[in-house]
This record gives sequence, structure tokens and C-alpha cells, in this order.
Amino acid sequence: MTTTTDIHSPDFLAGDEFSIPTFRLLQQDGTLFDGAVAPELSREEARHIYHAMVATRVLDERMMAAQRQGRLSFYMQCTGEEAAVVGATAALDDADMIMAQYREQGALMYRGFSFDEFMNQLFGNELDYGKGRQMPIHYGSRKLHYMTISSPLATQIPQATGFAYGQKLAGEGQCTIVFFGEGAASEGDFHAALNMAAVHQVPVIFFCRNNGYAISTPSIEQFAADGVAPRAFGYRMHVIRVDGNDILAVYDATRAARRLAAEHNQPVLIEAMTYRLAAHSSSDDPSGYRSKKEEEAWREKDPLLRMRRWLNDKGWWSDEEETECQERLRREVLETMKRAQKRPPPPLDSLVTDVYADVTPALQRQLDTLKTHIRRYPDAYPKGAMSLDPDVSPRDDADDKGGA
Amino acid sequence: MPTMNMLQAINNALDIAMAEDDKVLCFGEDVGGFGGVFRATSHLQEKYGRSRCFNTPLVEQGIIGFANGLAAQGSVPVAEIQFADYIYPAFDQIVNETAKFRYRSGDLFNVGGLTIRAPYGGGIAGGHYHSQSPEAYFAHTPGLKVVVPRDPYQAKGLLLASIRDADPVIFFEPKRLYRASTGEVPEEDYQLPIGEAEVTREGADVTLVGWGAQMEVIERAVELAEKEGISCEVIDLRTILPWDEDSVVESVLKTGRLLITHEAPLTGGFAAEIAATVQERCFLYLESPIARVTGLDTPFPLTLEKEYLPDHLKIFEAIKASLAF
Repeated sequence: MTTTTDIHSPDFLAGDEFSIPTFRLLQQDGTLFDGAVAPELSREEARHIYHAMVATRVLDERMMAAQRQGRLSFYMQCTGEEAAVVGATAALDDADMIMAQYREQGALMYRGFSFDEFMNQLFGNELDYGKGRQMPIHYGSRKLHYMTISSPLATQIPQATGFAYGQKLAGEGQCTIVFFGEGAASEGDFHAALNMAAVHQVPVIFFCRNNGYAISTPSIEQFAADGVAPRAFGYRMHVIRVDGNDILAVYDATRAARRLAAEHNQPVLIEAMTYRLAAHSSSDDPSGYRSKKEEEAWREKDPLLRMRRWLNDKGWWSDEEETECQERLRREVLETMKRAQKRPPPPLDSLVTDVYADVTPALQRQLDTLKTHIRRYPDAYPKGAMSLDPDVSPRDDADDKGGA
Repeated sequence: MPTMNMLQAINNALDIAMAEDDKVLCFGEDVGGFGGVFRATSHLQEKYGRSRCFNTPLVEQGIIGFANGLAAQGSVPVAEIQFADYIYPAFDQIVNETAKFRYRSGDLFNVGGLTIRAPYGGGIAGGHYHSQSPEAYFAHTPGLKVVVPRDPYQAKGLLLASIRDADPVIFFEPKRLYRASTGEVPEEDYQLPIGEAEVTREGADVTLVGWGAQMEVIERAVELAEKEGISCEVIDLRTILPWDEDSVVESVLKTGRLLITHEAPLTGGFAAEIAATVQERCFLYLESPIARVTGLDTPFPLTLEKEYLPDHLKIFEAIKASLAF
């Protein structure tokens, strides 16, 4: 619907009339801004959130190191964005759907995905829910309402609108949150999704992690506007910009957004201003496109540090606990990594299952032909040969690399 | 048994599916109150409400992205793309998302409930962008099923089967036949099998394979051929992916000759796939080269549409050439 008044001279508008403020509660020293009110958060819940953030950081550090050692083909870190991802997840109902982009392992951590579950996916072994079919970090969990990651950017955004429309019809009060970066927001799917959500009044929260870079492309070369947030006006959607490194602000904003979405079928756009402290992925080297100085400035705004100071001030966390927690998590990561690495790959038959609900006759014929071939050259196909003949020992597969 | 045209049969199938299951939703551009530009969804909004049959904004990638999400959630979306020529903005959602949803998640999630309906094909003076037959693009994508009905009876039975199938289906409707093709269609619910071809005419000298609107063209060619004493076996493939190799092979083993016809261009068309498979499985039984009667390797034309199309005369000539080889 268009509502308009007449003017009689050609006066253009440029959008500068809109200025979008940033919602912030917590200062970097761990104290609240003047006049800021912390959201209601119990000691237990605050520690749960912080623990998920620390566990994500530890997992990321260890697994990037493992990738550098050649144990893992590929990795992506959430580093620097833990408050945005975990804070948003904590503000939801645990049965709300999460559709992530790929850098949101903190959400799974918060919901209780175990290190074993992470590792099984990272190593694509026989226990990986995804049956070893996708690159590392493409997690999924049905029981934790976390949609399996897909590499194409932004495809998850209109899917979230559709999923949430289904939730609205089901009438059980659930909503969907969808994460994406400021780069992915340039894809057509982003625009399609927000427009459809606004038109059909869908209970979905669009959570943009504006972390400054799409691989090497800075956000200044991604859009001319004041970030992603102003686009919400074009769709007539509620929008808030939040300091993405401020756990309290992210939590508070997302909780309010959830009320709008789940209780009033009003979609919401949240733009979380944050910074990707690590490289885009293990295949990327940021020194080619940004300065150490810039990175250092953001390292001082570390979201973990900020939350830890707040927790310490409240007496809900101590330096001793921090040390103990970090050590324990590192130990667990190493133990589970070793366990996952030793597990056999998925069976050869899983190459052809799940393409369709049932394996088609033509595909079965292709598999049979492949099996005959592998039996002829078992050394050339050690993983496949293992499941045809369990006596064949697994070979070192550290040469199995690839990535984007 | 009532007589219906293809649109009425499709509308009837959607009506049955929506009445049976609250989770079935129909949406797309102009699909709501207007009932679709071809009226395939007429009266569905009146009967089932605006939340289950509705217009979407004009954005094909959004329609299919939305539909993927709905299907993953457990709904049964029947998404309409107004013309198959406009399905390409949704290509990423279909090829990278729909087709791989079950596989990539290890069956944690799937979009098996999804059906995408799209009118396809020429013969309506539609030019480049209201005439295309894009089935071969999708036939190259494991995880999709591609179904094309030839008449109203087939359209209803195959559409109901597609909606209830455990896998996502692209259902291409031959729009030239929407009103031109009429026939007896049972009022009640029935399904026809996906993945099974149908031998519509038995014969001894040559096997003719096609799908959709091309089946009617084949029939006209067969009439001419039979007058010359040539006995034709005709197969409607019905499902392009996964296609019924065994039925085609069995027929070619009997006749020793194969002709495949489709409106889409020759190069990379689905006839090429059928020909490759049949020569592998019937090599020593073939009496002549496998013939392909298809559109030219051009964009779909307008004024010279009749010249472009693989009509009954071109098929008739190819039959004779195959016999005379």
C-alpha cells in the first residue's frame, strides 16, 4: 500500500533523513552505560551464556590449529562474534528454529551440541549426522532445531521466512531466527525474504552479523547506505541496530524481537555491529586486505572479555574459574578430536542414500559398478574399500584438503 | 465420468490434496483470489482461506526459497512458477537447496513435501519467454524428480502423486494443452506412478518416446506411419527424472529402432541421455541410428514457431528414414 502527499517541486530524498542509532548496554570495562538497564538474567543463565562463548572460542582456536597441522581439511572461526551469536540464541525459546549461515557454531554450543558431535562432523566420520557429505563446519541438529548448514550464501534467508510461515500456521508460538553476514545481504534472496516476511506477517528474526568483511571485501564496498538496517524501512519492518560485542544488548534486543515475531507475527531485522577477528576461513589470510592496527583495535573490544568483566563484577565468575574452565575445555576438545579422528568413514553405500527417499534402480546399478571397480583397486580407494572389506586398514587421509 | 480439460483436472487435484491435508498450501504469483493467470488455482482461496492459498510478491527465488523452508518445516507446499521460462531466478534454490536438502543433512531434514508447478512449452505464439521446455536442466540434478503429464487424466493422477511423493517434484504442465486437451477424468482421488513410463501403443517396427504435449504430436505422426504399414510402439516417459530406463530398453530390444522427440533444443536435450543409455543397453539390437526429432539449437522463435517445432511431419519423416536405413 502506498500513502503519499503531493509536492509541487522535484524534491528528492536520499535516505539521510533516517539515522539508525546503536543499542548498547555494556561498556568494555564491564560496567553499564549511564542509564542503561541490564536485562533480567539469572546467574545460572549468564554463566551458561558465557560458558558457550568460551567453549566456542576454545573449539575454534584448537580446530584452527588442527587445520594448520594438517589434521583437518578446512575450518571457520566464530571468533569476535560469539556475543552476537550466543546472545541471540539465548534470547530465544530452545525450540525456535535456527537457520545459520556457517559461522554460528556458538548457537549450537549454547543449545548443548557436544564436542563429540562437533568433531564427528568436522572429521566426516561414520557418526557425522551429515554422513561425511559436507565440508567441515556444516553442522546440523534436528533435536536442537538447527538447520543443516548449506554453503551457498543467503539461500537460508527466504527458507527461514517459509519455515516461520509454517510455524505461524502450526500455531505453537515458535519462531525462526536466521543468521547471515552483511555481504550475504547483497544477495537477491535477502530482499526476497524480507519482503515476503513483511507482506505475509511471518514470525522470523533476520539477524545480520555485520562483521565488516565479506572475505576481503570491506562493507564500504558492499553498500553505500548506512549499513544493512535502513533496508527494513523499505519493507516496513521493525529494525534495531545493536552492538554485536555487547552480550547484554544483543540478548535484550533479540528477546524483544522474539516477542514481536512470535507473539505478534511481526518480522524483525537486527543488525549486529561486530568484527570478524579471525580470517574468513582457514583458506584466507587477512593480512592482504586489512591492517594489524585495525585488528588490534577490535581485539580490545573482545566480547568475551567484556562479558567476563561484567560477570566478575557481579561475583558470578572468577579468574580461577576461568583458568579451570579453559583448561578443561581444551582437554575435552583434544580428547574428542582424537576420538573422532580414529572413527571410520561413513560406509560406501551412504554415497547413494538420501539422494531420494529410496535409492533408485539406476543409482543402485551405478553403485554396484563402483563396488566392482573398488574391489579391483582397493588401494586407490581406501575409504570405500574399508566398508567393502573391513579388514583393509584405513590409511592416513591428511592429503584430503580443499576449501573456499 | 466427467469430462475435464487439463486445467480443470489440475485444479481438481489441488482441491483434493488441500481438502485431505491442512498442510497443503498453494501459492505463487497471481495464484490467490485471481486463481492464477491460467486459472489452475481457481476458487482454492475461497475454499481454503487466504493463509493456505495466496499471492506472493513477484520473486521466483523467493517463492522457491520460501517453499523450501515450508517443506523443511513439515508443510506440503505446491509452489507455482507462472511460466517455466521464469524459473531461472529460482535455479539456485532448486538445484543447490531443494535437490540437496536430504542428502546434505544426512536425512535430518528434507523438502520431500515440495511440488513446483510450472507451465512449459511452445505452440502458443509465446516467443522466447513463454515457450521454453527447461526439463533437461533439472534432469541433470540428482535429488529432483521431474514429471510431465500428457492429458487431463494423467495430470490429475500424476499431480496427486507428486504432492504426496516423499521427494521434491518439478511438475511441468504442457500449457498448449491446458484447454485444448480434454478427456474423462474420475471425480475421485487416484494416483499414477512416478518414475514409470507408459506404453500407450504397442507396435513392432519402431519405438517412439516423448512426454507432455509431444505425445499428441507423436500420435499424429503414427497415424501417417501406420497408413504406410509401419507399426509403431509409443512410450510416454511421464517422469523425466528418475526416468524409466527399463521400459524403453525393453521396447527397443523388441523393435530395434528408437526415435525420441522433444520441443527443447537438440544439444544437451534429454533425448541425448536416452539415446546414450539405449545404445549401451541395446547396442547389438539396434537396426538403425537412434533418431532425435527436436527443436533447433536456437532461442525459441516467434513468427517461425511452426518451422521450429518438431511436428508430426518431421517425426513421420524420421520414422521412414529409420526404417529405410
